[in-house]
Order: sequence, then structure tokens, then C-alpha cells
Amino acid sequence: MSMENPAENQGLLREWWAALTRPTSRWSLGALLVIGIGIGVVGWGGFNWMLELTNTESFCLSCHEMEQNVYREYRGSIHDSNRSGVRATCPDCHVPRPWFYKMKRKIQASNEVLHKILGSIDTREKFEAKRIELAKHVWTAMKETDSRECRNCHNFGAFDLTRQQARARNRHSEAEQQGKTCIDCHKGIAHQLPQGAFKAERELNESMGGAVKP
Amino acid sequence: MKTKIKAIALALALALGLSFTALGVVAAEVQALRHSGAAEPDQAPGIYKVTEGAKLERAYRQQPPLVPHPTDKYEIDVKVNQCLRCHEWPYSDQEKAPKISDLHYIDRNGVRQDTVNGNRYFCKQCHVPQNDAKPLVENKFQAATTNTNIR
Repeated sequence: MSMENPAENQGLLREWWAALTRPTSRWSLGALLVIGIGIGVVGWGGFNWMLELTNTESFCLSCHEMEQNVYREYRGSIHDSNRSGVRATCPDCHVPRPWFYKMKRKIQASNEVLHKILGSIDTREKFEAKRIELAKHVWTAMKETDSRECRNCHNFGAFDLTRQQARARNRHSEAEQQGKTCIDCHKGIAHQLPQGAFKAERELNESMGGAVKP
Repeated sequence: MKTKIKAIALALALALGLSFTALGVVAAEVQALRHSGAAEPDQAPGIYKVTEGAKLERAYRQQPPLVPHPTDKYEIDVKVNQCLRCHEWPYSDQEKAPKISDLHYIDRNGVRQDTVNGNRYFCKQCHVPQNDAKPLVENKFQAATTNTNIR
């Protein structure tokens, strides 16, 4: 029973450490570099490829919770079909682009996997009952990030106000001056609103301010 | 006598000719008011853009005011009514949008309520987005504001 002998175990660890820190006499530095870089490229590329695979519309729709609720509501909305055919699909709005925030969101998504297994929203009724809570999560996140995902495409600086309708022009320049963020007004543009949405909106504006700018 | 016979023959020929033409008229195609064949499917109406900005005048006293912006993306169901987010008081003051009239708060017993009555909840049933659509059939309708016979 050599594994249960702590002294011998430590000896094994020390040997491994020694092997790791000792310069090799068998492999050339060039071979090690080539193999290392090769593994690095394939490993990182594969990781990124997997990550991007989970960043597609079809991946989101592989869960019936998404397909039967939020996706069907999104169909026909301005981000799904419009005059020029440019689309913004699930990850464009719900997954951040910068690497750090993207990884953070992906780790948070493991909670969603748990609730998929628990079946928290596996019927329309359950989903409707939970909708206000889920919507508040998204609204809060978007207020905190100053609607970062919207601004990947919709940049205040690139707005040509003269080409907007008078109503939109007035409200947009007003919003820019007051430091408002997209989600402050544009709620429920891609999905239906929850029951009690306007009350939740008021409460959110009172607790976080109608104009939050980080 | 000869001329009499000739005249009768001419009249007969004319009558026959006329009846042939009349038969021809009966066989002609029946036209629908909208200029497509009566048996053919009606032609699709043109696509008109919503006239944004100023509201068009009402054509008669009881006409529900027209909406000077598109409404197709606004949700109206048992959960929410997005029209009310701007047009119900106190939002109407905050958003500087026209306030819905107090008549919408009266229930079927004539009692004034604090929320929009169910009878009037579905805004788009009466208030439609305005556009400059041409009449499908020529008609003599005149708006009450321009018809001087009434006033």
C-alpha cells in the first residue's frame, strides 16, 4: 500500500516537481516550442469555437423554453424582420462582446442550465409567472451597463437626428442630454412585457435612477 | 307597293341587327365596382405609409381621432396595454402625449372608474394609424368640416 504512505506520496510529488522544473536533455528547445505553440493554438481555437457555438440562434432555440416563449415573440419584431433584412439575434443583445464580460455571462449561464434541469419555466404558465422577475434581471443589467449590447449597433454619436421622425428626434436628443440609456424607454421591443411592467419600471427608475450612467 | 316592301325589309333587318347587338351587350363581362372581374379575387389594396406628425382632421363629430404614428408593434393584451404607457394620465403629462378622454373611464352602468374600462381597452378597434389612402371606389363623401350644406 504505497499510496497510503504519506512519506512515499510526498516523494512522488517531489519527483514530479523535479521533472517539471528540470531542463530537458532529450527534447530540443525548438521541438518543445513548436509542440507547445501547436497545442496552444488548437486548444485556444477549440475553446473559442465551442464558445461561439453556444453564441448562435440555433443553440438558444435547442431549448424549448426559448423556442416556445421568447423566440416566438421575437419573430416579426423589428430585430427579426425589417426593410433591409439585417437581423439581431439572441446573442447580439443578450451576450456581451468584450471578452471579460462575455466570460462572466457565460459562467452565469450555468445557473440557467440548473433551472433547465429543475424545469423552472418548462410550461407557458410557469414562464408567465416568472416573467416579471426575469425581465427585471435583464432591465437591471442593461441599466447597469448603459445598454452596452444595444450600442454595438445603435450609437448615439452616429445618430442622424435629421433623418428621424420629429417625435423620435425630440425624444432622442432629450434622452441624450439627460443621460438616459436605451432600455429606459425601449422595453418590450423584442419580447412581450410582463404583467405589472409599468409598475416595475417605476420602481426600477426610483431605485436606480431614470438615468444611470456608469 | 315596292317601296313599302323595301321599307319593311329594311326595318326588319335593322331590328334583327339591333337585337344581335343587344345580345352582344348581355354577353359582355360583368365588372365589379373596383374594376376587377366579378368572379375574380379582389385586388390587394396598396401599401401606404403612416402619415406621421400632425393629426388629420376628423371627418365627422363622433369619429375616433386618428393616430399619427405606427401602432403595429405595441402590445395590447390581458397583461399590458402599451398605448396606455403614454396616453393614460399621469403618463400623458410626463410624455407630453394626448390624454385619453374621461369617457373611456365610464363603465357600462355609467359609473366613473379609475382605470380604463374594459369596453374601451382595445384602442386599435377604433383608433387607427392615419395614412393618405385613396378611396377604392369613387364616391361623393364630404367631411363635415368642408360640407357647407350641413352648417
